[in-house]
Amino acid sequence: MKSARLQVQNLNVWYGPQHTLKDMCCEIPDRGITAILGPSGCGKTTLLKSLNRLLEETENTRITGEVYLDGKNIYDPDACVTELRTKIGFLAPKPFPLPMSIYDNVAYGPRVHGRFPGKNGSRKERLDDIVERNLRAAGLWQEVHDRLRAPASYLSTGQQQRLCLARALAVQPEVLLCDEPTSALDPLAAQRIESQLFSLKEDVTIIVVTHLLRQARRLADHVLVLWMGELIECGPSSQVFNQPVDERTKAYLSGDIG
Amino acid sequence: MNRRMIEEKLFKGLMLASLLIVLGSLGLIFLTVLKHGLPALNLAMLTQTPKGGYYLGKEGGILNAIVGSLCLAGGATIIAFLLGFPIAIYLQFYATRRRIAEVVRLTMDVLWGIPSIVYGAFAFILMLWLGVRASLLGGILALAFLELPILTRGMDEAFTMVPTALKEASYGLGATKIETAMKVVIRQTAPVILTAILLAFGRGIGDAASVLFTAGFTDRLPDSLFRPVASLPLAVFFQLATPFPAVQQRAYASALVLTALILFISILSRALANKMKKHIIR
Repeated sequence: MKSARLQVQNLNVWYGPQHTLKDMCCEIPDRGITAILGPSGCGKTTLLKSLNRLLEETENTRITGEVYLDGKNIYDPDACVTELRTKIGFLAPKPFPLPMSIYDNVAYGPRVHGRFPGKNGSRKERLDDIVERNLRAAGLWQEVHDRLRAPASYLSTGQQQRLCLARALAVQPEVLLCDEPTSALDPLAAQRIESQLFSLKEDVTIIVVTHLLRQARRLADHVLVLWMGELIECGPSSQVFNQPVDERTKAYLSGDIG
Repeated sequence: MNRRMIEEKLFKGLMLASLLIVLGSLGLIFLTVLKHGLPALNLAMLTQTPKGGYYLGKEGGILNAIVGSLCLAGGATIIAFLLGFPIAIYLQFYATRRRIAEVVRLTMDVLWGIPSIVYGAFAFILMLWLGVRASLLGGILALAFLELPILTRGMDEAFTMVPTALKEASYGLGATKIETAMKVVIRQTAPVILTAILLAFGRGIGDAASVLFTAGFTDRLPDSLFRPVASLPLAVFFQLATPFPAVQQRAYASALVLTALILFISILSRALANKMKKHIIR
């Protein structure tokens, strides 16, 4: 197995009295696509959102335990949460473009951080370049290059989700968290998102939460299976899908439950 | 016809009736003000300050009150916004899990319900204590207190309507709370914020009781923060209280000016709000 990019140790999450993640320990390998599988309410999204500390923004949440990114605990009191979220991007189930133009959506991250990487040119030229590069990487450039100043709200849902992908990529994340990224999309739009993720996986560590077994089979190099807030199975996808160890995983994969 | 259909018809009728009552009274107000005010309205009323004997029916106009009211309500709205905006941001972004948010909201709601004469009296006592005379500044402060809860709660409610996922989208890109508030939430709620500002401005410009003691009245145009200033509601009040029919008609003309002013601002802000709506994410 390749080296672990993220290590979760004894992670517990409570929403009010509800104990959603129980002593979670797992590792996410570097690069490739890791799928988090499991039935609804098993803690998939909770685990995902704990990886960039987005959970903290929800009321009444209590989190204990550690998550290590490149050996550093992201829950350390000295850890910088905005820096973390720059390294770990997030793609939500339903696309939420920011209330501004297509261009400004992609430029939002670089502007917030005041980082405009590029070889030459003025700040604006570099920003133009960043916007174009990331819209291309998200497979949206062809459709919007002539109306970059139009409100993002004018785009279709599928285009909006690709815009959200471009927006996330514009801050050059090392890890990309995707929470059921195709659940609000029609099959064709979903396929485009999947193929974009697939083409990104050599450069970025991608973690996809999904309850679609077929999607996980198509995409994943590595699989985690969650059950009622606990990890019941993990490993390379060929191993998990072909020779699952846990009885519940077998039942889940064969379609008896979930 | 069965019972459910009758019920449906009955409630439709009741709704229509209450709509007619509301629209009817609004129409009657407009008609009354127009009927009594329009004959007395002329260019001099809008462009001149009261000359000697204006309140006896002689020459002059109410420019002092028009400019005074705009200064009072404008200044008060700016101050109320400067105070209320940080409060609303704090309530939504920093105090979400704390009891203090509930206490602040309750306080604001209680303040909203306080009659404006009480604000006037309170501000007057405060001014006596500080040794400040009735002035533009006093009026602005009294009105700012009156407008503060309207603006704060208006913005607070607007921010509440912002989807959590939209805020998370901004946080997820590494933006801080204040960046998210200033760059995303404000844009998303701009039309509602504008409406809240208009509501507060309308309440401020139309209020007579809170400026009665605090701003006083004068025939001069406002030229200093520390001198008394005229206002349209008090101009209406004083002119209506004279025994001269001609001056009473001018009171209606003043009311007409006040109404037209508020109508103009409403339409303007609606147009602006519609322009802002294209970016809103649903």
